[in-house]
Amino acid sequence: MINLNFIYSEIFLALSIMALLLIGVFKKNSSTLIYNLSIISLFSCLALMFSFPFNENIKLFNESYQIDNLSTFMKILTIVSGIFVLISSNNYIQTIKINKIEYPILALSSILGMMVMISSNDLILFYIGLELQSLALYVLASFNRDNLLSSESGLKYFVLSALSSGLLLYGCSLIYGFSGSTNFFIIAENLTENSYGLTFGIVFILVGLAFKISAVPFHMWAPDVYEGSPTSVTTFFAILPKIAALTVFIRFLYVPFINLIDQWQMIIVFLSIASMLFGAIAAIGQKNLKRLIAYSSIGHMGYALAGLATGTNQGIHSSITYITIYLFMNMAFFCCLFMMKRDEKYFENIEDLSGLSKNHPMLSFSFLLVLFSLAGIPPLAGFFAKFYVFSAVIEESMYFLAVVGLLSTVIAAFYYLRLIKIIYFDKDKEKYEVNHNMGLKLTLILSSIFILFYFIYPSWLIQIIEKINII
Amino acid sequence: MFEIGLGHYLILGATIFTIGVVGIFLNRKNIIVILMSIELILLAVNINLVAFSIYLNDLSGQIFTLFILTVAAAEAAIGLAIIVIYYRNSGTIRVQEIDKLKG
Repeated sequence: MINLNFIYSEIFLALSIMALLLIGVFKKNSSTLIYNLSIISLFSCLALMFSFPFNENIKLFNESYQIDNLSTFMKILTIVSGIFVLISSNNYIQTIKINKIEYPILALSSILGMMVMISSNDLILFYIGLELQSLALYVLASFNRDNLLSSESGLKYFVLSALSSGLLLYGCSLIYGFSGSTNFFIIAENLTENSYGLTFGIVFILVGLAFKISAVPFHMWAPDVYEGSPTSVTTFFAILPKIAALTVFIRFLYVPFINLIDQWQMIIVFLSIASMLFGAIAAIGQKNLKRLIAYSSIGHMGYALAGLATGTNQGIHSSITYITIYLFMNMAFFCCLFMMKRDEKYFENIEDLSGLSKNHPMLSFSFLLVLFSLAGIPPLAGFFAKFYVFSAVIEESMYFLAVVGLLSTVIAAFYYLRLIKIIYFDKDKEKYEVNHNMGLKLTLILSSIFILFYFIYPSWLIQIIEKINII
Repeated sequence: MFEIGLGHYLILGATIFTIGVVGIFLNRKNIIVILMSIELILLAVNINLVAFSIYLNDLSGQIFTLFILTVAAAEAAIGLAIIVIYYRNSGTIRVQEIDKLKG
């Protein structure tokens, strides 16, 4: 008998997606209602996550679906950030008139896909989750369909993401052929050291996953898609798929292929170094804030991968801590972007920031916090994230990786500090509107508090994350 | 008469896969060609999976193939829809003219 109560949250989410679709079809002008209902269903999903004890390691459906500390933590992270994204972007999607019924439903579907991805312990299930997530994201990227930039970003994301899915699938087929199974545990048992087919398979799958978290050299879609799609969707893109893809990275590298660490370690180190350096250097010349945050997120993914490259539990913990703190920093950054609104128009260029502190001291202070935290300046949360990663890397005596990481932090600090200089010392412009809705304010306040006061009691997050034992 | 074995199917799959990937990067004219290339990639994977499934005497490869076929249909539908809205906004689907976003 399969114990279904461990996947109640997924079942609930799937059912509520269908129910919301029906409501949307049969009730006229129900977009606001559906928006609120989908936030409520995410909250209920979160509540259902807490309905079973956490310290268990359960495998469902012939060991193809795994519930453990890693999956539970990452699912909670995904749902929480989904809630934050939806409540903070409510005003935005009404202003630019994309408040159709499909918007929250597509967001929910991609969250469902991510939850399946996070728990998957089988190549087929992993592929289905990945495609559910990406198919919804293609549509979300081009959701502002009368806008040339939005449809172009959707098109670019579609082509490159479909290509990466194809590469990933080819890798899956090779791994299936040379190990004889699609289940991660059986793959791990059947591994034979010197098989070229398996090595090719691992490389193809790593390429596909690197596309999904936009690690260099597979990052080319990220800046275009971030800039073109509506800002609310950019927020979604910057946070949620990265959590899911990083979890898959962890599960994939550390469950079936931990014994082949010699073969994949150098690839991850290369991806990490290239992303950190590229993210730091390419962001310097940018004029658009969304494009800048795209490059910055490429860099941040490099740091998260650096933790993974170590091959130890401590490395995994540092990566997970990094992605958690990254989530809050990005959330706060995008909330600040949502607040730069005047006359029904949103501003997203760096020059629009100039002299912000004269008119909006609180907003500028949040910007200051976020940018300092992204740059990794103590005592803000971003510093601790980098500190954990580097200490895990140095523990494994991978000094080159640590040195390159520190150098790129210094380079990246330049463009974050330049933004702060523009906000605080340049000539001021017209005022922005100040009547923001509650959800946006609440999200900004919560994430700023997290960033600012993380240092007071950092061990609570560490204690939760240290329960995750993959190896 | 020579026997057609697993190796031949894998070579066929690899060839079609390569044609698909090269088709995406070399194509300068039309986005529809990119859609067709993506379809080729997925079909190459299917050939691989079915060949492995017969060779290993294990059904899960063929089940995987059915899932991939389903997803490929959905992906093609969404891709065509995105191409249609792009065409409405820009009036062209030539690949080298998709360059509004850059920097």
